[in-house]
Amino acid sequence: MQGISDPHPPPVIVLDNLVKFFGRFAALRGISASFAPGRLYVVLGDNGAGKSTLLRIVAGLTEPSQGSLTLLGARRVRDVAHRFGYMGHAPLLYDELSGRENLRYFAGLYGIHNDEAGREAMGMVGLDPDLSRRVGQYSQGMRQRLSLARAVLHHPELMLLDEPFSNVDVHSARAMAAVLGQLRDQGKTIFVVTHQAALMEAVADEWVHMAAGQIVNREPVLRGAAAADSGLRSAR
Amino acid sequence: MSMLEVTRATLVKDLRMEWRSRDAINSMLFFALLVVVIFSFAFNPTAEESRLIAGGLIWVAFLFAAVVALNQTWARELRNQVLDAWRVSPAPANALFLAKTLGNFLFVVALEVLMTPLFVVFYELRSVGPVWQLAVVALLGTWALVVNGTFFAALSIRTRSREIMLPLILFPISIPALLGMVDATTSILTGEASPDFWIRMLAVYDIVFTAVCLLLFETVLNAE
Repeated sequence: MQGISDPHPPPVIVLDNLVKFFGRFAALRGISASFAPGRLYVVLGDNGAGKSTLLRIVAGLTEPSQGSLTLLGARRVRDVAHRFGYMGHAPLLYDELSGRENLRYFAGLYGIHNDEAGREAMGMVGLDPDLSRRVGQYSQGMRQRLSLARAVLHHPELMLLDEPFSNVDVHSARAMAAVLGQLRDQGKTIFVVTHQAALMEAVADEWVHMAAGQIVNREPVLRGAAAADSGLRSAR
Repeated sequence: MSMLEVTRATLVKDLRMEWRSRDAINSMLFFALLVVVIFSFAFNPTAEESRLIAGGLIWVAFLFAAVVALNQTWARELRNQVLDAWRVSPAPANALFLAKTLGNFLFVVALEVLMTPLFVVFYELRSVGPVWQLAVVALLGTWALVVNGTFFAALSIRTRSREIMLPLILFPISIPALLGMVDATTSILTGEASPDFWIRMLAVYDIVFTAVCLLLFETVLNAE
């Protein structure tokens, strides 16, 4: 699906000298970058590198201290709120409701008033849509998967996922990574902030390395012949 | 998407969650019950004295009890940071505010319906003026309390000691409304004066503060 019609599609995100201070601590120190659509970016870095802050600014949850961003062609994040999905550190779900009740409610916030979207999203992340248990009784891994379902239930073209695999068992995390790969293949742009890079190796398009509030390196993920070729060259 | 639909969905969700946990209604009821019993032992008024002081007692009891519920208004949205899911959605912020205000209004009205018979029994209350006017005062007064309470509870969610902060902000701003409620109630119970002026004042207060809260809520919701 990637780049079939337009060899140079407009970027989904353009960051222009983004700076964010928390008191006197600079969480982001002048980030300028642009990201092409239809790719799966994996944002890596140590704790405190600024990954989550960057994602929150892109999602419109935090205002930058300086700089600006353009998201899906809009200067105001709120104008394109229906076109992206966000998954945070916390599950962003109501403990007192069941999984389906949660998804039905959040779908309503996006103007979706049928149960099918929620059922489909739950099925996609491997949860039983007929599970009547309340989210408060879910395991951490199940909450994470439901949280992913919440972020994707309105079929956004951009997904911002902060630590989607935390507390998820390896088997489920691999399944979630495969789902993200499928969504990318459908043309979605996905940002995954994670410490578990190995899980994303098979599906990622680009590693984005952050340190001390800056993007220090971006490297495309090489697969198949390209990786073998790269390996031979470095062996020589 | 329509504001009405999101308001309705959020209100239904909040009522369902309250029905399952009964956090707000139980704590409000228990608190108001304690106030009724303690005041009745402390003052032990005659029927005539009751008519004079009941307006103040009733509304102070409901105000304090309402604060207990208002403090919990946003607690569910803060747990698991659900408010972030709201903020990234395209849903209108005022729909959230209206749903929360309506929810609190229903909880406090339910409390008033349950507690009023106890007040009548404990204080031997008999109204000299028309009782239907008491219902009008109760509805207007309750809206005045919850509209400001819901707004200021949202304003204080990011402060460290929000349980203390809410009454500190809410009580001073509620003084005109409280004055109207108490004087209107006393006027109706004693039948000595017309409550019309106070009822009109409460209506104006409700309109002004509802408009101001709706205008400012989105800013408060997205404040860091």
